[in-house]
Amino acid sequence: MGIRELFKRKKIEGVDDTQYLTLREENRISRENNKIIREFEKNKTRKNVPEAEYLTTMRDTSNVVEFEDLHTYFFTDVGTVKAVNGVSFDIPQGKIVGVVGESGCGKSVTSLSLMKLVQAPQGQIVGGSIRYQAKDGKCYEVTKVPQNEMNKIRGKDIAMIFQEPMTSLNPVFKIGEQMDEVILLHEKGSTAESARARTKELMNQVGIAMVDKIYNSYPHELSGGMRQRVMIAMALLCNPRLIVADEPTTALDVTIQAQILELLRNVKDKINGSIMLITHDLGVIAETVDYVVVMYAGRIIEKGTVREIFHNPKHPYTIGLMMSKPSNKIQGNRLFSIKGQVPNPINMPDHCYFYNRCDKCIDICSKDYPEMIQFSSTHFASCHLYNESSLRDEENIDEENAKE
Amino acid sequence: MLQTEQSYTDFNDEAVLEQNFRVISPGRMVAKRFFKSKLSVAGLIMIIFVFAFSFIGPMIIDATWGYKETQVFRIERVSDMVTTADFTGPDGKTYTYFDKSKTVVLFKAPISSEHWLGTDTSGFDIFTRLMYGGRISLIISFIVIFLEIFIGVILGGLAGYFGKWVDQLIMRIVDIFASLPGLPILLILSATISSIESIPAEHRIYYLMAFITLMGWTGAARIVRGQILMLREQEFMMAAETTGIKTMHKIFRHLVPNTMPQLIVSATLGLGGVILYESTLSYLGLGVPFPRAAWGSMIALADPSKGQEILASYPNMWVPAGILIVITVLGFSFIGDGLRDAFDPRMKR
Amino acid sequence: MLNYIIKRLLLALLILIGVSVLIYMLSMLMPADYIDNQTAAALANGSMTMEDVNHLKKLYGLSDKSIIGILKSYLSWLKSTFTGDLGFSFLYGKPVKTVLGEYVWTSFIIAFISYILQIIIAIPLGVKAAVRQYGPYDYTVSVFAMIGTALPSFFLAALLMNVFSIRLGIFPLQGLTTATKVFAPDAHIRIFLDKAWHLVLPITVLTVLNVGSTMKFTRTNMLEVLNSDYIRTARAKGLSETTVVYKHAFRNTLIPLVTSLSSMLPSLFGGAMITETVFAIPGIGYMALRATLQGDIPFIMGYNMFLSILTVSGMLLSDLMYMVVDPRVKLS
Repeated sequence: MGIRELFKRKKIEGVDDTQYLTLREENRISRENNKIIREFEKNKTRKNVPEAEYLTTMRDTSNVVEFEDLHTYFFTDVGTVKAVNGVSFDIPQGKIVGVVGESGCGKSVTSLSLMKLVQAPQGQIVGGSIRYQAKDGKCYEVTKVPQNEMNKIRGKDIAMIFQEPMTSLNPVFKIGEQMDEVILLHEKGSTAESARARTKELMNQVGIAMVDKIYNSYPHELSGGMRQRVMIAMALLCNPRLIVADEPTTALDVTIQAQILELLRNVKDKINGSIMLITHDLGVIAETVDYVVVMYAGRIIEKGTVREIFHNPKHPYTIGLMMSKPSNKIQGNRLFSIKGQVPNPINMPDHCYFYNRCDKCIDICSKDYPEMIQFSSTHFASCHLYNESSLRDEENIDEENAKE
Repeated sequence: MLQTEQSYTDFNDEAVLEQNFRVISPGRMVAKRFFKSKLSVAGLIMIIFVFAFSFIGPMIIDATWGYKETQVFRIERVSDMVTTADFTGPDGKTYTYFDKSKTVVLFKAPISSEHWLGTDTSGFDIFTRLMYGGRISLIISFIVIFLEIFIGVILGGLAGYFGKWVDQLIMRIVDIFASLPGLPILLILSATISSIESIPAEHRIYYLMAFITLMGWTGAARIVRGQILMLREQEFMMAAETTGIKTMHKIFRHLVPNTMPQLIVSATLGLGGVILYESTLSYLGLGVPFPRAAWGSMIALADPSKGQEILASYPNMWVPAGILIVITVLGFSFIGDGLRDAFDPRMKR
Repeated sequence: MLNYIIKRLLLALLILIGVSVLIYMLSMLMPADYIDNQTAAALANGSMTMEDVNHLKKLYGLSDKSIIGILKSYLSWLKSTFTGDLGFSFLYGKPVKTVLGEYVWTSFIIAFISYILQIIIAIPLGVKAAVRQYGPYDYTVSVFAMIGTALPSFFLAALLMNVFSIRLGIFPLQGLTTATKVFAPDAHIRIFLDKAWHLVLPITVLTVLNVGSTMKFTRTNMLEVLNSDYIRTARAKGLSETTVVYKHAFRNTLIPLVTSLSSMLPSLFGGAMITETVFAIPGIGYMALRATLQGDIPFIMGYNMFLSILTVSGMLLSDLMYMVVDPRVKLS
């Protein structure tokens, strides 16, 4: 009956039946990965790590954060998910950098790697470097910073705002208490009164009316937009150098979205800090950010200033994204969507990840992964189409084909 | 900047499933997750052992040695006997008089190569009785759980299907039965059955199973009803215009695969509970009747109110029975927990 | 919110009435001449009159066997139960209420101490097991917890008796007091210590049996809380892991914990039938088991009604505690 259906091996078009992961294979993968995880976790528990180990220098001191060849993997029982697979970009001081991409492209994991909040023990930063220049002038190599030092940076130097305001606040503590906590933790010499004053000051700044009432309320008594304002206020309490906002407006409705984005822009100016804005919404990017980083399947496929990306997108994926946004400028019967799906993150191919979805691919696209091509001092894209040598090869091939 | 839209609107619409996706059917997925957990596998081994011990064991014993469940073995052995008597001496004080002598004892034989766990106070072979006790316990527990699920599905189904006052009525009945104190009621019912002479000892077990079922069916009913209500919400919300029959048909189609996991987990965990109930009743002499073997009644030999002799000096009579109860209940617990984790799609591993 | 309380109270009352119907049906297990037999001696020596006997017969539905008659006797039994008269025990020759009152405190002390021990042991273990999920600590603690719940109480009692009473001779075997020791009437402390010494093993048995379920419950809830978004926010604020777990996470786990633990409170008065009997502790569980085995139906009915009232009170209490601990359920 229906029960037997559950146990039958399903035959799916185009999938080779023998590619099932057998139990033995799975156990082998699981054992290997667990060993790797144990190594990483052991390292984490080292005590009294000397400062020299995690201090370094920035490549360019006008940057707040520099990501260089970051690799963050998840060691699961069915394989290794390469969530972030060689990501490099900078966040300059006083600017807003937008990270764009589909669900699952690794943008959230990148930000979590910066905060060292990646879901342990499966998630680990495997390689690369994240350099952060702190307020006191020290430059930290985040990948090597021990847990207790990281706690001093989190919330104080780098603050994070999450996507779901409805569940991001602890339901059993009052708003004021949760905010005072941050000040009392990070600011030396703060008292209950000074913390309360600062909290209320910031609640005012983010546009919360009836500050006293909200201060004494519980999270479930506030609306989504209000809670997100609280989260932003909480992020600002210690004057952070960088605010990471992970899809801050996705869970809110459009009118509130506009308000929150406006708030973020003002905030950045006021504190003279930087913002790393993660989103999948191009409209948000266009209005708010200075630089854009486009990610796909764990890698950056294009980056540049917002003008460059919007007016002159190079990578076919970026172009596709631009076209996906419904707009009344393009005439047509159907809404555009990029065909195909993101590749399985466990078994990534050696060639360009976008290969099977791109309709401008050439011969070489199925063989090698394209390098980053530079178009200007800020504009980079990783696509064979713009590689001079491969273009020449393509011309040669075309000529040969024409001759035959 | 923009390429001509034409090249983008002419493409093949079908979503191409990536070749490197490995797909697996839900049943196999659950089985794989189950076997990954060491505790689940351990539980499975324990239960298989107990089953083999209880069902295949008696057959082997019968074939090789011919021992039966209630066969009496008279093994003569000489044992010490101490008699005491008090008397008052000429000086008015009480003295105790000890006399050590030897006597011949027929039962309570120690461990030997013929009787691996010795014999008990009535001369039965303990090892054999462990097997028969296991057999009856397992049979009782499976029948009871089956009945509980049967009743639960019917009542829960009726409540979910008809809703409104039927649902209210049945749910109140469920609440009432759930508020009954389980063990005391069970005890009084069993005690009454035991005292009624017209009911032969053999039939007592059937009444027993009925009573235990009465105490436990509420869990299954709640699960089934809850599932139906949830499906109703989903279906009725999705369907704009449907006839009542069509919607209910769809609900029933989804009912089995959705309720089964919860029911199976609840049943497996319930098996352990029934075994504990049955062994408690047997311990008090209200369960499986003498001279049939039952783990509970074997432990009852060590009741300190009947004298400390068995409790202190003859652990071979009662400790193995207790260990077997623990292994069985624990095995069911491990399997139940393992199944629960295996069915849950949100598990990290 | 007051509406909610009233609704719950009415529901509880309804359930109790339903339970009382089922319990009253137990009276039908009595043979026809039961009361006559039981009261013969009392009648003979004058401590009871014919009126008392008829009253009892009416109470337990043995005088008028017609439907109306049974209904009337049920209602009168129900009324007397709710006014506090839980019936008359023939085995003990006293009203059930009196018997309960005499012995309930012993049972309560054993149950209460075991309850406190459970909480002290299970909650820290459960929290730690959740924090180190799938680690060796988690496995060990979980397995021990499950072994505890798989043990039959009489088996564990026998094992402890064998090891600690007989072989090691540390604790006494049975009873509440040492029969051979005679204390001065005002040696309260020594009498108290003697009793306490007798209670160690029974309390151990009860604790071991119940600690497992509390520990698993704590662990499951803690795990769920630890996976929430607000814990991630707490970490992002830079709070130390200890603060995150023991302040933010634990405070949330307290909600289901407190409600579940408070639902257990009333049943502490109910007594543990098997454990008390094996250790021969004179508590109401012991008295109830004796009454059951000897067919003292009135006592059983009164006792079971008492237990049901405790259970239903537990449900009400847990609902009430929910409103106290969870700020999302506001007391307006």
